[in-house]
Amino acid sequence: MLITTSRRAASRTTTATRGRPVVGRRTHPMWFMAPAFAILLVFFFLPTLFNFVYAFTDWSGFKSAIRPVGLDNFTDLASNGTLFRSLRVTVVYAVLVAIFQNAFGFGLAVLLERDTWLNRVARVFFLIPVLMSALAVGYIFQALLKPAGGLNRLLGIDHAWLGDTTWTIVVVALIHAWKWMGLSMLIYLAGLKTVPDDIVEAAHIDGASRWRTFWAVRFPLLAPAITFNVATALLGSMNGFDIAQATTGGGPARTTEILNIFIYRTFGQGLFAQATTMSLVLFLLVALMAFPVIYVLRKREEIL
Amino acid sequence: MTPVVPDRRGVSDAPVWRRLQPVVTFVLVVLSIGIPLWLVLVTAAKSRGEALTPDLSLPTEWHLLENLGQVWGDGEVLRASLGSLLVVVPSVIGVLLFGSMAAWILARRATRLNAVLYALAISGIVLPPAVVTVVLLLRQLGLAGSAVGMIGVYMGIYMSTVIFFVTGFVRTIPTSLEEAAQLDGASPMRVFWLVVLPLLRPVLATATILVCLYVWNDVFYAFFVIGGRLDTLPLNLFRVASAGLYLNNWHLIFAYVILMSLPLVVVFAVAQRKIISGITSGAVK
Repeated sequence: MLITTSRRAASRTTTATRGRPVVGRRTHPMWFMAPAFAILLVFFFLPTLFNFVYAFTDWSGFKSAIRPVGLDNFTDLASNGTLFRSLRVTVVYAVLVAIFQNAFGFGLAVLLERDTWLNRVARVFFLIPVLMSALAVGYIFQALLKPAGGLNRLLGIDHAWLGDTTWTIVVVALIHAWKWMGLSMLIYLAGLKTVPDDIVEAAHIDGASRWRTFWAVRFPLLAPAITFNVATALLGSMNGFDIAQATTGGGPARTTEILNIFIYRTFGQGLFAQATTMSLVLFLLVALMAFPVIYVLRKREEIL
Repeated sequence: MTPVVPDRRGVSDAPVWRRLQPVVTFVLVVLSIGIPLWLVLVTAAKSRGEALTPDLSLPTEWHLLENLGQVWGDGEVLRASLGSLLVVVPSVIGVLLFGSMAAWILARRATRLNAVLYALAISGIVLPPAVVTVVLLLRQLGLAGSAVGMIGVYMGIYMSTVIFFVTGFVRTIPTSLEEAAQLDGASPMRVFWLVVLPLLRPVLATATILVCLYVWNDVFYAFFVIGGRLDTLPLNLFRVASAGLYLNNWHLIFAYVILMSLPLVVVFAVAQRKIISGITSGAVK
């Protein structure tokens, strides 16, 4: 009922605003948007457009002329396995990060929900990794997870956590989630605080158990927080670089070479067209995944 | 005396859990945050020999100040700090100012054109920037390797985030405040500076934190745009560490991590309440 009311209010505001175009032109001039859109155009959209052009050329650091080569870059990358391996690695990595980061963030939010001094101190501690450089986080865990590192000494074992071709991507995803779980926690905490008390009380009066009240009432109302957290974790980690670069450099055997690591390495080798091609692939991958993901998550919000 | 608000009921109000929860919290903080941070601190305080295989043991002799001093000099921390500030401060100020101006119009004039422009503007939140071709563009503009080019790139990347947060916030502000100023004959620029901008302080605080966080810690975009020409703290960490890893100079790497992390941690410690409430109110609106 509260939700319905706020939606109608929003509609009224929109209608009222739409009915005063003359006033709008004088009081809210469009040129106020010019600086922001100029910057977006030059530094974001134009390079993106270039992406769609130079991915089809032989641009490199070894010659000054640039010639069109059609789909050569794509067929080359596809034929040597690089294209599909990096795509698969990037998608797997992003899904793992989204799962871990949201599981950790949600768990921490529930754990630290009560406003006690210990919980407030703990929240601050979980935000420290968010503040740190992702590169620094990568180095910390590289040191911790060495065969002779801190973790193995604590556990009394001798395992190469970052040397396993099957599990290293999971380990790196856990590290990524460790760094950002504090931010997810904060947003879930905010979401938990917005759940109206009277709805929870009503559920209790009806005899619902704590467990049932939590999952049937409070969790669904967290939909906006879930949308934000899942979308940013999934799509943001596809654009990740620092943690994987600092822990594994894309290894072992390129099993953690997410697209940005390939782009970075190839650019450093002067192979600009290949780097641009992969950049375009990343753009298309995120675009193809972003809109369905956000659409589904938004749909889930609307049902409530 | 504030009346005691009864605890909101939920999973966390079960009597057994209420006693158990502080213990779980403490153990979790110590294990997941304490151990990594401890590793950084004790390793940064060790001699080179002891730091070859970084572990959780205490140093036999403390070399923390020596190591910090060495990376301060060798890592050119002061110059890199200035480089970081040179890039971060204008980027944040510019993106907040221009983003807010655009967001105000997008929120108030709900036309079809503005709906399209808004969708375009916020698509940059999820779509990855074209890092390779932006280098080409900057070369053509004569901005390659320059602070101005880097600032432009950061504004281009994070404008979407600011527009998204601020537009959502403006929509929650009653228009009556602006209308009062307009009736008094104030120009749009005066209304924006004197009425709207002050009202935006909560969301601007949130956006400041997020953009500062991303830009201050960025190494990927900086590598492409200014790598090798302008020093920033993350780029220097990358360089120090890349050299240090061959030699297993973990004491220097972690000393650098401490120096590099201190500014943000100090700012956070001072403004933590504001930061936390800003982020929480901004994201779920």
